[in-house]
Amino acid sequence: MTRTDQKIGGVEFRSVSRRYGKVTAVDAISFKVEPGTLVTLLGPSGCGKTTTLRMIAGLEAASEGQILIGGRDVTLLPATDRDVTMVFQSYALFPHMNVLDNVAFGLEVSGVPKVQREEQAMAGLAMVGLAGFETRLPSELSGGQQQRVAVARALVLEPEVLLFDEPLSNLDAKLRRKMRDDIRELQSKLGLTSVYVTHDQEEALAVSDRIIVMNRAVIAQEGTPADLYRRPVSRFVADFMGISNLLDGTVTRRAEGRVTAHFGEAVLDLPETAITRADEITVAIRPQAIRLATEPGPDRLPVTVRKATYLGSHLEYVLDSSAGELFVVDPTSETPVPPGSSAWATFRHEGVALVPRDGQVA
Amino acid sequence: MFRSHLLWLIVGWIAWTIAPWYGFASSRQPILGGWPASGLLAGLDDAPWLLPLGLFLALPVPFVATRSRLVGPALVVAGAGGLGWMMLQGVAIIHKGWAWPFLADLFGPIAAGQPGMGFGAMATALAFLFFLTMGLAARGAMKGDRFTTGAIGLLVASISLFVFWPVSTVFSQAMLPDADMSGPAALIHRLTAKDIWSLGCVTGTTRCGVVWNSVVLGTLCGVITTVLGLAFALVATRTTFPYQRLLRLLSVLPIITPPFVIGLAVILLFGRNGTVTLFLAENFGLTATRWIYGLPGILLTQTLAFTPIAFLVLIGVVQGIAPSMEEAAQTLRAGRWQTFRRVTWPLMRPGLANAFLVGFIESLADFGNPLVMGGGYEVLSTKIFYAVVGAQNDPGRAAALGIVLLALCIGAFLVQRRWVGTGSYTTVGGKGFAGTPAELPRWLKNAVYATALPWAAFTFLLYGLILYGGFVENWGRNNTFTLRHYVTAFGLDWNQYGLLWTGRAWNSLFTTLEVSAVSAPLTAAMGLITAYLLVRQRFTGQATFEFMTMLSFAIPGTVIGVAYILAFNQPPVELTGTAAILVVCFVFRNMPVAIRAGVAAMSQLDKNLDECALTLGANSAQTIRRVIMPLLRPAIVAALVYSFVRAITSVSAVIFLVSARHDMATSYIVGRVEIGDFGLAIAYSSVLVVLMGLAIIFIQWIVGERRIARPTPHAPAARPQEVAA
Repeated sequence: MTRTDQKIGGVEFRSVSRRYGKVTAVDAISFKVEPGTLVTLLGPSGCGKTTTLRMIAGLEAASEGQILIGGRDVTLLPATDRDVTMVFQSYALFPHMNVLDNVAFGLEVSGVPKVQREEQAMAGLAMVGLAGFETRLPSELSGGQQQRVAVARALVLEPEVLLFDEPLSNLDAKLRRKMRDDIRELQSKLGLTSVYVTHDQEEALAVSDRIIVMNRAVIAQEGTPADLYRRPVSRFVADFMGISNLLDGTVTRRAEGRVTAHFGEAVLDLPETAITRADEITVAIRPQAIRLATEPGPDRLPVTVRKATYLGSHLEYVLDSSAGELFVVDPTSETPVPPGSSAWATFRHEGVALVPRDGQVA
Repeated sequence: MFRSHLLWLIVGWIAWTIAPWYGFASSRQPILGGWPASGLLAGLDDAPWLLPLGLFLALPVPFVATRSRLVGPALVVAGAGGLGWMMLQGVAIIHKGWAWPFLADLFGPIAAGQPGMGFGAMATALAFLFFLTMGLAARGAMKGDRFTTGAIGLLVASISLFVFWPVSTVFSQAMLPDADMSGPAALIHRLTAKDIWSLGCVTGTTRCGVVWNSVVLGTLCGVITTVLGLAFALVATRTTFPYQRLLRLLSVLPIITPPFVIGLAVILLFGRNGTVTLFLAENFGLTATRWIYGLPGILLTQTLAFTPIAFLVLIGVVQGIAPSMEEAAQTLRAGRWQTFRRVTWPLMRPGLANAFLVGFIESLADFGNPLVMGGGYEVLSTKIFYAVVGAQNDPGRAAALGIVLLALCIGAFLVQRRWVGTGSYTTVGGKGFAGTPAELPRWLKNAVYATALPWAAFTFLLYGLILYGGFVENWGRNNTFTLRHYVTAFGLDWNQYGLLWTGRAWNSLFTTLEVSAVSAPLTAAMGLITAYLLVRQRFTGQATFEFMTMLSFAIPGTVIGVAYILAFNQPPVELTGTAAILVVCFVFRNMPVAIRAGVAAMSQLDKNLDECALTLGANSAQTIRRVIMPLLRPAIVAALVYSFVRAITSVSAVIFLVSARHDMATSYIVGRVEIGDFGLAIAYSSVLVVLMGLAIIFIQWIVGERRIARPTPHAPAARPQEVAA
C-alpha cells in the first residue's frame, strides 16, 4: 500500500452505478467530498446509501462510472489496496483477538514492526478514551466501548478517507448522542475526510458538514444541513427531514421575488425560491412552525383540535383542517387546548417551504 | 506491478526452462548431464510443440515490467493461450505419437511421442492458470481481488481435471468401437445389455437385470433406514430416554467404520459358521445354509451402516420443528396424537423424503457390503468391479455400467436437492427459547422404543463382536483365545539390523496413514476455500460452481475408481500406480463434506468481520489466515476428521487405484475376506477403528478450541449483531 504523508483525501463519484442483475442499487450518481469534511449519506433503507459507502471502501464494485480518492482513480482497486477504513454497523471486532490486537491489526498486516504498531495502537486507544482496556476481549466490553475500539482501529491507519456505516444504530439513545459528538470532535480535530451513512436525520444534521439525501438509488438533494432543512427541493426530502406537514396548495401570484400560496383557507406571502415554477405545489410546514391562535386572520387556517398530548418539555397537537391533517409541536405553551375546540393555526414563514407536488418536475 | 505477477512469471519461466517436464515414469532420456529434460530442452530436442509455450510466457513480461495499463489483457491472453496450447498438445500427442491418425496426415509424422506431464509441466500450467486469473482481476473481476480469482480458477481447473475429465472419459470409453460395431452402436449395445435391464425374475425363471437388483436394494434400504432413523431421532429428542448420549455415539460409529466391517460381524453371527447359525443347527436341527449371502445380508448390513446417517438427517429435521408450533396446536385443544398427526408429521415429511433419498443413494453407491455379503446377488457397484478386475477385463462394459449407476445416483441427487430446496419447512430461528418439544403419544412412544432400542443393542453387539472376533482362533469352529491374527498382521521383531516390521499389514497400514494424512489437510483446505467462495463472494456462475463442487459427492466410488483408471492411465496426466492418484481421489471425493462444514460455519460469521479486515489493508489471504481461520476452528476439525477418516475407511474407489507398492488397508482387508481369512480381517478392522478414534482426539488437540470469550460468568454477551443494511 502506498501512503502519502499529506492526507489530501477527497472522494469523487463520476456517474457511478451499481447493478445486481436487473436491480439498480445506485443509479449514475455523482458527488464530491471535499478533503477534511464530513459528508453524510442520508436516506431510507434500500436507497443505495450503504452500497455507495461500500463502493468507496472497495467492498462493492462499481458497474459503471469512476470513483476517485485523493484525485486518483481507484475504480478497479480492491478494498485491500485502497487507503480507506470503515467503522461497521456491527463494529466487526475480531472476537478472537483482544482490544490491542484488534486495533493493531491493520498496522500488522501492512508490516509495521511490533513495537511501533503497539505504540500507535495504544495512542489510538487513548484517543478514544480506552487506555487500560488493551487486554480485554471484545466480548468483555459494553456496546459503547466496542464502538470506540472500532473507531480507534479505523483511525490508527490514518486513512485518506474514514467511513462510518450507521455506527450508532446499535447504541441506546443517550449513548448515541455522546458518541456522535465524540466522533464529530475527533473527525474535525484530525481533519479527516469522512463519509457517514445513517437513516436518522437528526444524527445527520448533528454531525455533517454536508448531507447527501438519497432516494431510490439516486441523489434527491445535496447541501448543508441548514439548506436541506430550510429549503428542501422535494416532498420526499421535506418528509425525510422531519417536516411532516405536507399539504396541497396553489400559487396564485408571483412578483418581486415573492409568491402568494393558498392552502385551505390560508394565504401566505412567501419569498420566491427557484425550486418550483408550477402553480400546483405542496406546502411543507415544520411542526415547530405552527402555533394555535384564538383569532381568525387571512394567513391563518381554521382548525379543530383532534388530539392534544402533554409531553413535559412540549405539547403535541393533531389538528384537522380543510387542507388536511396538521401535526404541531409547541414548546412555548404549558396549558393544552382541549380536544374538540376550534382554533386558528398560524405559521412562521421560515418554517414553510414550497416543493413540487409528487410526479411533477421542479 | 504486483508481487504476485512477478512471482508467477518467475515460476512459469523456471518450470518451463529448468524443471523436469515429464512425469516420473518418463521414458525420455536425460539430456544434459543427467538432468531430466525441461520443457525448453525437450522442445529443442524432439518435442518442438513445447516451444510455443515460451511465447506465451514472454508475452506479459514487457507489460509487467513497464507497469502498463494493458497488463490485464496481456495476462489474460498469455494465460488462456498457454493453457489452451498445453491442453491441445497434451491430448493430441501421447506415448505412441499422434493420438489420432488424421493429425499425422495433417502435420506429418513426428519423431517421438511423449509421456505424461510431470512437475515442470504442472507448474507451467499453474503459472498460466494464474496469469489468466490475475489478468482477469486486473481487469476488475471479483473487485480486482487476485486471491479470489486465483482460488476460483484453481478450483474450477482442478475439479475439471479430476472430476469432469475422468467422468467424461467413462463416456468416451463406453463408446469405444467393439469388434464390428461402430462407437454409438457399441454404446447402445452396452447400455441396453440384457444382464442390466432384464426383468426375467418377474416374468420367468431367469435372473433379473442388475439395475433392478440395485434399485430394489436401494429402495428397501432407503425405507428401512428412514423408519429406523426416525425412531432414533424421536427417541433422542422427544422422549425422556435416559441414555441419549449413547445414541449419539451410535451416530459416530459408521463414520469410523470401514464399510464392510459390519458385514464381517454379520457373517460371524449368521454365516455358515456363525454363532446364531450353529446355535440353531445344534438345538433345532436347522441346516446351516448360506442364506445370509445375497439380498438379506446386503440389506441387513446396509441398514446397519446407514441408519445412523438417516438418524443424523432426521434429528436435524425433528429438532428444526419449533416446539412453539406444537404448543400452539395444543393450546388450540389438539391432543397429543392430533398434534403429531396434523402438525409435527407434515412438517417432517420433506425431511423424511430427504432421508430416504440419502439412504437410496448410499445403498446404490455402497461397494464394500455387497462385495462381502453379495453371494450371487449382483448389484451395479460390484458388477462394475468384476467387469474391470475379474477375468472379463472389459473397460467398455464397466464404463457402460458406470454410466447407468451414475445416472441413477445423480438422478436421485437432483431429486433430493430439488426437494430439500423447495419443500422443507424446517426453520431455525435465532430466537432463544422456543418452548419445550411435545412428548409423543404413549403408544407411539412405545412403538418407537420397540423399534429403536433392539436395533441399537444389535448394533453395539456387532461392534463388540468385531473387537472380540480378532482374538479368536477360527470363529465358530475353534473359539480359543489367540493373538495369532494380531501377530501375523502387526508383528515386530528385533535383530541385529534393528526393528523389523514383520507383520503383513504394516505396509498397507503405513500407506493408508500416509495417504490419509496427506489428503486430509488438502481436502479441508480446498473445501474451506470453496466454502469461502460460496458464502463470501458473489460471482456469475456461482450456482453452477456450487453444483460442480457438490456433484462429486453423488458420483459413486466405483464409478470414480473406473473413471480414474481410464483417464489417468495415459498422457497427458499419468497417475495410475502412484500414491498421488489415491490422494487426488480422496481430496475430490471428500471435499463436498468439508465444503458443507465450512459453509455452515461461515454462514454464522458476520460478513463484516472479513470486510473490515479488507478495509484495514489485509488482503484476502491474510483475512482468511488471521480472521476467518481462527473463528472456523470447529469446522476445520470437522473437515479434517472427516476427510482423514473417510480416506482410511473408503474402499469403493480405492480398490481400483491401489497398486502393489501402494496398497491400502481396506483393499488389503477385502483381499483377506475374499480368501476367507476372517480372523486377520477382523483384527485389522478393529485396529483401524481404534486408530481412527485416536486420530480424532489428536486432530481435536492440534487444532484446538477457538477462544472468543473467557469462560467467566459475568462476561456480557455482546456479540456483534448481523447487519441488515
